[in-house]
Amino acid sequence: MATVDIAAAGTADSAPAAPPRRRGSGLITSATWLIGVFFFFPVAWMVITAFKHEADATTDPPRLIFEPTLEQFRNLFDAGAGPYFLNSLMATGVSTLLVLALAVPAAYALAIRPVKRTQDVLFFFISTKMLPVVAVIVPIYVIAGRVNMLDNVWTLIVLYTAMNLPIAVWMMRSFLQEIPREVLEASEMDGATLRQTLTQVLLPMVAPGLAATALICVIFSWNEFFFAVNLTASTAATVPLFLVGFMTSEGLFWAQMAAAATLASLPVVLAGWAAQKQLVRGLSMGAIK
Amino acid sequence: MSRRRATPAALLTAVLATTTACAGFGGASGSSGQTSIVVAVVSNPQMTDAISLADDFREAHPDIDVQFVSLPENESRAKITASVATGGGEFDVVMVSNYETAMWAENGWLVNLQPYADATEGYDTGDFIEPVRESLSYQGDMYSVPFYGESSFLVYREDLFDEAGLTMPEQPTWSDVRELAAAIEQAHPGMTGICLRGLAGWGENLAPLNTVINTFGGQWFDESWDAHLTSPDVREAVQFYVDLVRDHGQAGAATSGFADCATRYGQGRAAMWYDATSMVNVVESPNDSVTAGLNGYAPAPVVETDASGWLYTWSLGIPASSEHPDEAWEFVSWMTGPDYARLVGEELGWERVPPGSRRSTYEIPEYAEVAAEYADPTLDSMEAASQDNVMVNPVPYDGIQFLAIPEFQDLGTRVGQQISAAVAGQISVDSALEQSQRYAETVGESYQEAG
Repeated sequence: MATVDIAAAGTADSAPAAPPRRRGSGLITSATWLIGVFFFFPVAWMVITAFKHEADATTDPPRLIFEPTLEQFRNLFDAGAGPYFLNSLMATGVSTLLVLALAVPAAYALAIRPVKRTQDVLFFFISTKMLPVVAVIVPIYVIAGRVNMLDNVWTLIVLYTAMNLPIAVWMMRSFLQEIPREVLEASEMDGATLRQTLTQVLLPMVAPGLAATALICVIFSWNEFFFAVNLTASTAATVPLFLVGFMTSEGLFWAQMAAAATLASLPVVLAGWAAQKQLVRGLSMGAIK
Repeated sequence: MSRRRATPAALLTAVLATTTACAGFGGASGSSGQTSIVVAVVSNPQMTDAISLADDFREAHPDIDVQFVSLPENESRAKITASVATGGGEFDVVMVSNYETAMWAENGWLVNLQPYADATEGYDTGDFIEPVRESLSYQGDMYSVPFYGESSFLVYREDLFDEAGLTMPEQPTWSDVRELAAAIEQAHPGMTGICLRGLAGWGENLAPLNTVINTFGGQWFDESWDAHLTSPDVREAVQFYVDLVRDHGQAGAATSGFADCATRYGQGRAAMWYDATSMVNVVESPNDSVTAGLNGYAPAPVVETDASGWLYTWSLGIPASSEHPDEAWEFVSWMTGPDYARLVGEELGWERVPPGSRRSTYEIPEYAEVAAEYADPTLDSMEAASQDNVMVNPVPYDGIQFLAIPEFQDLGTRVGQQISAAVAGQISVDSALEQSQRYAETVGESYQEAG
């Protein structure tokens, strides 16, 4: 989803750069459009397929003209999508808030007040992402079983927080490094406390970065499948599990699956749309550095 | 500037905080006084039907709250295996197959269902189709009970065959099938002669291929666990299968499995299809298939044996770690009992009745009428599906299209990948089999060492 928003936003951004070299920028604009459409096509196809009958969804060659139906979406609500969405919102929301609450102070310390071993600490954070998840799933499963935390949404919250924390610390650190020291010094001169400096000076300035970090965490947690499939069963199952429940080795499922996928991507699209302005600035802020 | 920038981020945080609060509230609501059981199933159409009919069970058992976990075959198998093997205890009823049942019973992972079945009035395990019952038993007791079962057979387009003046023999051989595929392609250019699975996987391309290997006289291991995947019989069988699918099979066969063949055949783009007998639920359904009512069925093609075909069954078992085995059995006996077929038939339609588990299902007049074309071929293939009938040489393992050993999930998938590469034309059949032989030798050696 993020890819789409960025691509679309990129198109809008490239237009104002036109005046000085008209021909070149025209080319760039059309190339951007082309890439945007290329990236957006699978998503569009998913949405179109969601409104098809099962038999129309598998025709070869694919059919663009068909009789639209809401049958697939009705089936979804009949299948009880609600609890899956609530679990996903809970796991994603709480873990993202926890990540931000932990990552911002850590990134502040690492960016603004670095010490001798800062580089080592940073490397330690990112090194926790180097171990493939599949290598630790058995111990995690056994531990969760022993402490009676299997099929519990709080297990996912803890894991998603741990999973996203290193990336969030790295991202936030790079945003915080861009803050001119003079601004912090000025606020000190004016007699602001650390808390005031953080909440009234620093946070508003890194808001785009904060939004970008939060959205990345939301996307990663919302889409997470491996922990969810292994550690949950009936009560804590999340949206990705609801999605794959439609896959079957016998019978047709593409239209149903497309409808479920469309519904599942809506919250992330909405979150991305709400934070769009911040996001483009936030992401490019990190990228240009 | 800073104030305006902050707003959307704050909004996002607020939205998250609100939804979180709601989710916490929603998650807290629980059950009251009921015993809750969790049933793990594979998300196939028959299971989806069972989930939609579960209110019938709930009405009869108001004290039992039943919840389902439905996942695709691979995820479901991995998850159920992990849970049962480590005593995770998330599930009270699990869907397993004749691949797992005896192995898991031996490990003490499953509850012996025989005493439950014997004590349940009208349940009658003698009604299950014999090879199915045997394949789910360990030391004479059933450790899981069948929900539906399948063998394999050949479906063909009777209308196209008549048009082209072709006749399907009563018991076709594989060379008959090759000739018929060539003839039908000549009569109907653009039509695929036969659809066959090429997608890698022990439950995908190896299922039909192993029945071909068996009937050509091949085997994976002899009785002293020496691997035979490069023997002349196996080589001939695999070469035949690969040539058949490359010459007369569907385009892109290396990535097509049951679902893809179902779509192709159902859209009238293939003249024959050799696969699971449960295909009838797709090819005879007017919603999914343009060929409904136009199909003929023939037994699995043979070469050196009198019969061929596989045996597979999805069944329900109770993990030893379940805390509610009595309530779990109440559910299992509802879903696999003799009255379930009638419930499906009356509520959802007779063509959706899960086939191949109980003999009595085939005696229900309404079902017999709907299934007139394929009931007998299905029953015949299932009854013929024992190692004695479909294999030439004795083997040290159970199973027909699979080897009922724990290593086979991995070994089968690796070999399946080699075969798939040969179907795609990336490697030769010989090099695929040589690599497969090396994998098989490693497994064989571990059994030889264990004695």
